[in-house]
Amino acid sequence: MSTRTFGEPIKRNEDRRLLTGQALFIDDVELPGMLHAALLRSQAAHARIRKIDVSKALQRPGVVAAYVASDLGDYWQPGPILVPPPPIDGIIFNARTQVPLAKEKVRHVGEPLAIVIAESRYIAEDALDDIEVELEQLPAVVDLEKGLREGSALVHENVGSNVSAHVRQTKGNYAAAAAKADHVIKRRFRYEHGISSPIETRGVVAQWDARANQMTIWDTTQAPVFVRNGLAGMLGLNERQVRVIAPFVGGGFGPKIMMFYPEEVLLPWVSMKLNRPIKWIEDRLEHFFATTHERGQIHDAEIALTSDGRILGIKDVFLHDGGAYDPYGLTVPINSQCTLLGPYVVPNYDSTFTQVFTNLPIVTPYRGAGRQHGVFVMERLLDLAAHELNIDPVEIRRRNLIPPDAFPYNNGIIYQDFSVLEYDSGNYEPVLDLALDAIGYKTFRDAQAAARLQGRHLGIGVAAYVEGTGIGPYEGAKVQVQSNGKVSVATGIGTQGQGHFTVFAQIAADQLGVAVTDIDVVTGDTDQFYWGAGTFASRGAVVAGNAVNEAAKVVRKKALKLAGDLFECSEDDLVIENGRVSIVGIPEKFVKLGDLAKQANPMRGAVEPGTEPGLESTQYFGPKMGATANGVHAMIVEMDPQTFDLKILKYVVVHDCGTVINPMILAGQIHGGVAQGIGNAFYEKLAFDDQGQLLNASLADYLLPTALEVPRMELAHTVTKSPLNPMGIKGAGEAGAIPGGPLFAQAIEDALDLKGRGVELLEIPLSPSRLFELTRNAKG
Amino acid sequence: MKPAPFKYIAAASLAHALALKSEHGDEAKFLAGGQSLIPTMNFRLARPAILIDINGIEDLAGIRWSEGASRLGPLTRYRALQRDAAFTLAFPLIGEALPHIAHPQIRNRGTIGGNLSHADPASELPAIALALRARFRVQAAKRERWVKAPDFFVSALTTDLGPDEMLVEIELPLASPRTGSCFMEIARRRGDFAIAGVAAMVTLGDSDECSDLRLAFCGVGETPVDASAAAGGLIGHTPTEVAIRDVAAAVQAMIDPGGSVHATADYQRHIAGVLTGRALQTAYRRVRDGH
Amino acid sequence: MDTDDHDVTLMVNGVKYQRLVESRLLLSDFLRHNLALAGTHVGCEHGVCGACTILLDGEPVRSCLMLAVQANNHEISTIEGLANKDGTFHPLQQAMHDHHGLQCGYCTPGILMTMSAFLEENTSPSEDEVREALSGNLCRCTGYQNIVDAVMAAAERMRG
Repeated sequence: MSTRTFGEPIKRNEDRRLLTGQALFIDDVELPGMLHAALLRSQAAHARIRKIDVSKALQRPGVVAAYVASDLGDYWQPGPILVPPPPIDGIIFNARTQVPLAKEKVRHVGEPLAIVIAESRYIAEDALDDIEVELEQLPAVVDLEKGLREGSALVHENVGSNVSAHVRQTKGNYAAAAAKADHVIKRRFRYEHGISSPIETRGVVAQWDARANQMTIWDTTQAPVFVRNGLAGMLGLNERQVRVIAPFVGGGFGPKIMMFYPEEVLLPWVSMKLNRPIKWIEDRLEHFFATTHERGQIHDAEIALTSDGRILGIKDVFLHDGGAYDPYGLTVPINSQCTLLGPYVVPNYDSTFTQVFTNLPIVTPYRGAGRQHGVFVMERLLDLAAHELNIDPVEIRRRNLIPPDAFPYNNGIIYQDFSVLEYDSGNYEPVLDLALDAIGYKTFRDAQAAARLQGRHLGIGVAAYVEGTGIGPYEGAKVQVQSNGKVSVATGIGTQGQGHFTVFAQIAADQLGVAVTDIDVVTGDTDQFYWGAGTFASRGAVVAGNAVNEAAKVVRKKALKLAGDLFECSEDDLVIENGRVSIVGIPEKFVKLGDLAKQANPMRGAVEPGTEPGLESTQYFGPKMGATANGVHAMIVEMDPQTFDLKILKYVVVHDCGTVINPMILAGQIHGGVAQGIGNAFYEKLAFDDQGQLLNASLADYLLPTALEVPRMELAHTVTKSPLNPMGIKGAGEAGAIPGGPLFAQAIEDALDLKGRGVELLEIPLSPSRLFELTRNAKG
Repeated sequence: MKPAPFKYIAAASLAHALALKSEHGDEAKFLAGGQSLIPTMNFRLARPAILIDINGIEDLAGIRWSEGASRLGPLTRYRALQRDAAFTLAFPLIGEALPHIAHPQIRNRGTIGGNLSHADPASELPAIALALRARFRVQAAKRERWVKAPDFFVSALTTDLGPDEMLVEIELPLASPRTGSCFMEIARRRGDFAIAGVAAMVTLGDSDECSDLRLAFCGVGETPVDASAAAGGLIGHTPTEVAIRDVAAAVQAMIDPGGSVHATADYQRHIAGVLTGRALQTAYRRVRDGH
Repeated sequence: MDTDDHDVTLMVNGVKYQRLVESRLLLSDFLRHNLALAGTHVGCEHGVCGACTILLDGEPVRSCLMLAVQANNHEISTIEGLANKDGTFHPLQQAMHDHHGLQCGYCTPGILMTMSAFLEENTSPSEDEVREALSGNLCRCTGYQNIVDAVMAAAERMRG
């Protein structure tokens, strides 16, 4: 086979449509007779609903309908729990899920109270002002510790407290380990992750066709199959009557998977009621409230060590802000709990978390999905230990790395995919060494001293992490050779920029000897592929990619068999390349793949019993557990010691995600993740007041990094294949975003000599103003 | 985020625009660049019943020169100022501040008159207007008056303009020869509103002692702050590091910043002091070294 | 209730359009929905993200901060008009493809319009100048690096 594209930086199949403005995004869907929806959202974070009266709104010209919760009748129900609690002993989980429209109570700013349907979005927004609402405000639960105290207002009265979940996982015996330790270091850490804020917000278009008895829903979802199944059930339709299409989606990053959003539930119902297509496009202001967040955790963590810096154990008790409802179960804090262990040997571990209900928007995974929080705690503990034990921070990490012969490495606790946290493969030290080399670690201290003489304050940070990727349950793919020789690949997951249209084509191209550009990939359309889970947890390439590979392999076999029958020779004598099957050494004896496909779908004759027509195959891949990627980031910053302004001088990422399908697309994923990590560490902060009001709900004040804040990044990678799938690949989507927090803390401390001045950076995000406040009373 | 309904009128002339504003008063707003107004309308924070589009009144745009001053039409776009080499040479404070105002796309539409009339406390140009001792000509249908810059900025987002008035001319006196200036600001990202910004001008006499010092801040109060008095002690002397530090301390004592989601008031105060020192040093160096 | 409607006549990508529009209709919505030129994208409607950037008489502006009525008698260029008539790419489109300067593609039209205008005026920009020109367009996917590389490559190609 000559056209080997696997591992090559193949340019993307999907680019032309995107570069010329021809790709279909949700707001581009225009249907005859389409109406527009706007939602009235609560301005209070916590209140009883005394009155909602939509009658004036209905009188406005151009308004077609307006609904409140009571209008939905039996259709109104709380959403399903998407991820049930994992099988951990002693777990407490109080399931409370979001509702399509608030009834009796609102529990966060932005919770929908009513929906208005009008001829245009402009008129629908006018009509929102017509709706009369009386809310009796209640004290808002915002502070996690206060929310758990006796006498706090309750987000859900019938829970009896604000505990959404309580989980303890242990390994070994931490207390015994700490008793024997030379050093025990304990600190409180605060880590806040922010919102995904993709450049495209969410949207739903629902079209009920009463005559065809079909519901079509366009949705910016990362999980079209689940949305189809759930909505069909809710609407009382058969699954096959419902088609969910995730078109081109302008960035997902996690929160576009969370379902069921109220708008996903409402729009199809309204469409059926009015027998008209209905469109809702989230505006940027809504996005700050109506799309899920990640937010903060407070950790009281301690590490027990020997005096040469070996970890004996870690104990961590943390609070996790889950928001007003918990449909996504415990995924985020479990990720924090598990990912804290990192690439290190931690013989004893005692980790407890409480997920707290708050009167704030729902928290669900956003790129990193809680891993950031855990990594921050571990990396900071190691830095604190390094300082106290007078060991170089990189050296202390090196001493604790899991050795390469210890894999598969069982961490002894349960991960988000419900199986035991086991790292499939890894070789951590070379990744660290490559990063140190690339950042110039050995010569940095001299460079730092020389710069200091010129009045410049440089600092360095190095942080390591692992990333659990590629979890089940499964994905599927259908690969089909068409009679024109082109290949079609369909899979159930959606695409939000990850290059699936190219990467999956590369996988199929190598099996079928067809050019990547002759492979047409369809993702995110439930009529094209029926089964699947979705795009999340860095699993697309691993799980769907492997399904594509399996299906393509079967098609390859079928093609060879057909050609073998045609040429009356053994399949071993055949080769597939350039879209043809030919006899080895006799290239003029060939048949085109397209012709084989035609042959396999005869107009006359018979298709043998036990076989299928066509040159196609549908295969599924379900990994028994997730594959663990890892990486090290290193960064040099320059700080202005008076203004605390920060400039990144150098940023290095060394990453191992096993076999690489397309290095160009992989690099793009890392770049984007790093940018979000930089935003998380130093620019993005949700400023809630103590009444649950968001003070910076605009892109002018929620600061996404621009081309001036994100530096040039240098990337390298190593390849430690995963034994869990035939291609040996691991996921990479979240890697760039994970270690930014500890990296910034370390580098800033170094640049400003904070440790020497008695200041420790134990929180993220940081900012120049925050650094000023933290250091104003320090020495020097 | 769609704006509420309004009646739109494209004014054919200044007289037309002023007549309309006379008729409708506060119910009407002028639409110039729209870069501040339209976002507030899209958020529905502003809901003018009438929008008077003045973009068609060509006479309102332009950079003119008279004896000792430049006279700007209010409709002059930031971009036009940036591209006029003679202008930025004569007013280096503005030249240095313009790259800090939002981004090129905004600067292609935004106008100096719109910026000054909007009076955002973090905005650079109002502070520079104070430093330059600018005067504004304000016109209504049947009257006209001149307002000195300090009297124009009343409080956050509030100017001295009456309900029937428009800012129609901005007079910027030329600086004395032997003046060095420096504009600096601290913002979270380039183009963001300033956490604090300073416009400094140092004029030297024959023996290199300061004969005039101008110091004005944005971002640290409800209006731009003229802190020139804090530098009064430098007049008649050569600015030393110690003397400049005293000025910085005086500035810090003088201002009352309000803090924001991006910075505490104490940080703003601290930055104002840091910027004072740096801007004065730079302005002084520029004139002393014959910049 | 009568709406405040106005006639607008404008050129978009060299084609003349005449429409009756409500005064409050944003230019971004007008292009996307009235003229069915949906390549211009909406990201924030408050002038920050830059996704809606188009050229007004050759200069990049935020179409979400203009009313459709304000475009009367003006010339607008959108992403749909950037490639050549025969479908071949503008050098910047080609460079973005070559350098993987787009992932989800949502911010891309705004970036292409901003930077194509930038390259007309700046034939030999430094990386810093490119980043500064790009700083008014937010991208959440790419981390900007490949976009910067694409702009530098396009500049070189356009210099001949």
